[in-house]
Amino acid sequence: MVERHIGLSIFCHVVLLLGAAAVGMPLYFAFVAGSLTVGEVQQVPFPLLPGDHFVENTIGAWNEGDFGQLYINSFIVTVGIVVGKLTVSIIAAFAVTYFRFPFRMTAFWLIFISLMLPVEVRIIPTYEAVADAGGPLRSFFEAIGLTGFLANTTGYQLDAALQWNMVNTYSGLILPLIASASATFLFRQFFLTVPDELCEAAKLDGAGPLKFFRDVLLPLSSANIAALSIILFLYGWNQYLWPLLFTTEKEMYTAMIGLKDLIPVADAQPAWNIAMAASFFVMAPPALVILLMQRWFTKGLVDSSK
Amino acid sequence: MERGGFLELRGVASRYGSTQVLADIDLSISKGEFVALLGSSGCGKTTLLRLLAGFISPSAGEVRVGHRDVTHLPPDKRGMALVFQSYALWPHMTAAQNIGYGLKLKGVSRTEIATRVAAMQSLLGLDGLEARKPSALSGGQRQRVALGRALAVDPEILLLDEPLSNLDARIRLTVRHELRALQKRLGITAIHVTHDREEAMVMADRIVILNAGKIAQQGTPEEVYNRPASAFVAAFMGAENVIHLDGVRDGGQFVIAEGAANAKASVPLLDRPLTSGPVEARFRPETARLLTEGEVAAVGSGITFRGEVAAVSYPGGHWRHMVRLGQTEIMADGTQAFEPGARVAVHVPAEALFLFNASANEPASTVSRTTPGKVYA
Repeated sequence: MVERHIGLSIFCHVVLLLGAAAVGMPLYFAFVAGSLTVGEVQQVPFPLLPGDHFVENTIGAWNEGDFGQLYINSFIVTVGIVVGKLTVSIIAAFAVTYFRFPFRMTAFWLIFISLMLPVEVRIIPTYEAVADAGGPLRSFFEAIGLTGFLANTTGYQLDAALQWNMVNTYSGLILPLIASASATFLFRQFFLTVPDELCEAAKLDGAGPLKFFRDVLLPLSSANIAALSIILFLYGWNQYLWPLLFTTEKEMYTAMIGLKDLIPVADAQPAWNIAMAASFFVMAPPALVILLMQRWFTKGLVDSSK
Repeated sequence: MERGGFLELRGVASRYGSTQVLADIDLSISKGEFVALLGSSGCGKTTLLRLLAGFISPSAGEVRVGHRDVTHLPPDKRGMALVFQSYALWPHMTAAQNIGYGLKLKGVSRTEIATRVAAMQSLLGLDGLEARKPSALSGGQRQRVALGRALAVDPEILLLDEPLSNLDARIRLTVRHELRALQKRLGITAIHVTHDREEAMVMADRIVILNAGKIAQQGTPEEVYNRPASAFVAAFMGAENVIHLDGVRDGGQFVIAEGAANAKASVPLLDRPLTSGPVEARFRPETARLLTEGEVAAVGSGITFRGEVAAVSYPGGHWRHMVRLGQTEIMADGTQAFEPGARVAVHVPAEALFLFNASANEPASTVSRTTPGKVYA
């Protein structure tokens, strides 16, 4: 802020404090509710100060939901989604921005249109595709008569060989979510701002496309990659609908699904204190990621704007 | 054209869509020569340089380096290096890494890269700056890093795309001489694209003036300055005053008929390819002599115009007069000022008067008046 005015300063701080409160209050109430007993958590009005059962409730929730395994699952899936999304989208953006090939813009617009189709909208076809990834191939070989031909001549059952079911696997949880139109678009927009001369200078120095990508574009994109990995980490960690549908065994649950199971249902004991304690530690990784990466993220942005 | 040129362009043409950007470029450059491609923006000089570097392919013709056809070779296989107008330094690498990157790609060993980078740094006066990123360097330092990066790979030909245009005016003057001295010392062939006439004059062995995608004239700075081949070149080289006259060839003389503002005069024809009829006369403001009307009889060969001073200004070093000659206005410099309204005679010596047959000229008059009174002192 260039302006230095006492009124403006106060106004800015009020806005910032309101924002911080809006973000911090739910976390605080989760903490408060998580530190009470079952009886205390039912009180009206709700207590504003924490009780002293937080550790006890946390341990209870952790053991009840078997969160050790769920945390591992969540981390594997989230890191898989972040790395997958970054890799796929930066390579796609590189192709669309720096290469001239037929239907380049068609490819770009197809990627862009998929922005309008989040998982929730295409959940049934996606489920069908991932639960039976070999299906299209089977239909294809069936249609061209290869399946029947092989069965008749060699007795080989192509149908049986092409069964590929990813339900309850990490790949099934990760793969449908690693295409990202928005990340591709962001990288493309960034690549468009990289001066053409840098690309030409690389050509003059004898750098091929992959060298240029690795030595120039990747280091220049570090700030974007940092920013996107934060956003994508939140996206991956907070996935709810897809893991809910796609995992049937408890040891493949993610932390979010484990949390869902702790939420009191009708006719059960309303153990909101346990659910809130679990909420608190399920919320913790994204919050920590933001707190820890923020410095790095800001530094990257400042460096690149010079 | 000279035989055995090191870098040869034959019948090179380039088109962008339906626009002909370059046509019939024949150019032969010998080893160690410093050639300036000079022209106003849009004349095709940058296209020509990009074509030499290999970023674009010509639509016709060929480019040869030392008898090797490089027309369709990729940029890194041509033995050329380019200093970009924007320098195009890698923003995430230090000065030393920038200089050494091309060597690294060529698979040169780490120790040899260090040696060569250090040599470049001391050559270009960049010692102590090796660990800085481009953002922490001044414009002049960035320019030298860009030059170091280009020279580090030991190219046979150095291409310079207006490398001085991003420097401030005072540094530019010294860098001109440094660059020229460096080029001479290394004996490297250099092709320098510029729109700055004086820069081309002081740096180049030969100036190639481009106009509308064609070579308008090429020659030493002295040749293009004193014997412009066309009205365009004359205008571009600073002969901004234009007067339309009539004349006839008569033996070794070109006799100019009496006009609205001038008496009958004759100038030696020399090797000017003039035909009788209307001519366009051009001269530089600084070659004209301003006299009072009474002094006319005392001056020698040349042509004298009579007019009235319309305005006078002092751009430094001399007085610049706007003189009205009938319908046209010309500029003429003098060591002393004449008051506006004074009747004066403007004498242009025969050797400073450039004559061109009016019909054969390109529409060059747009160039005049764009940079009146540009003074480098």
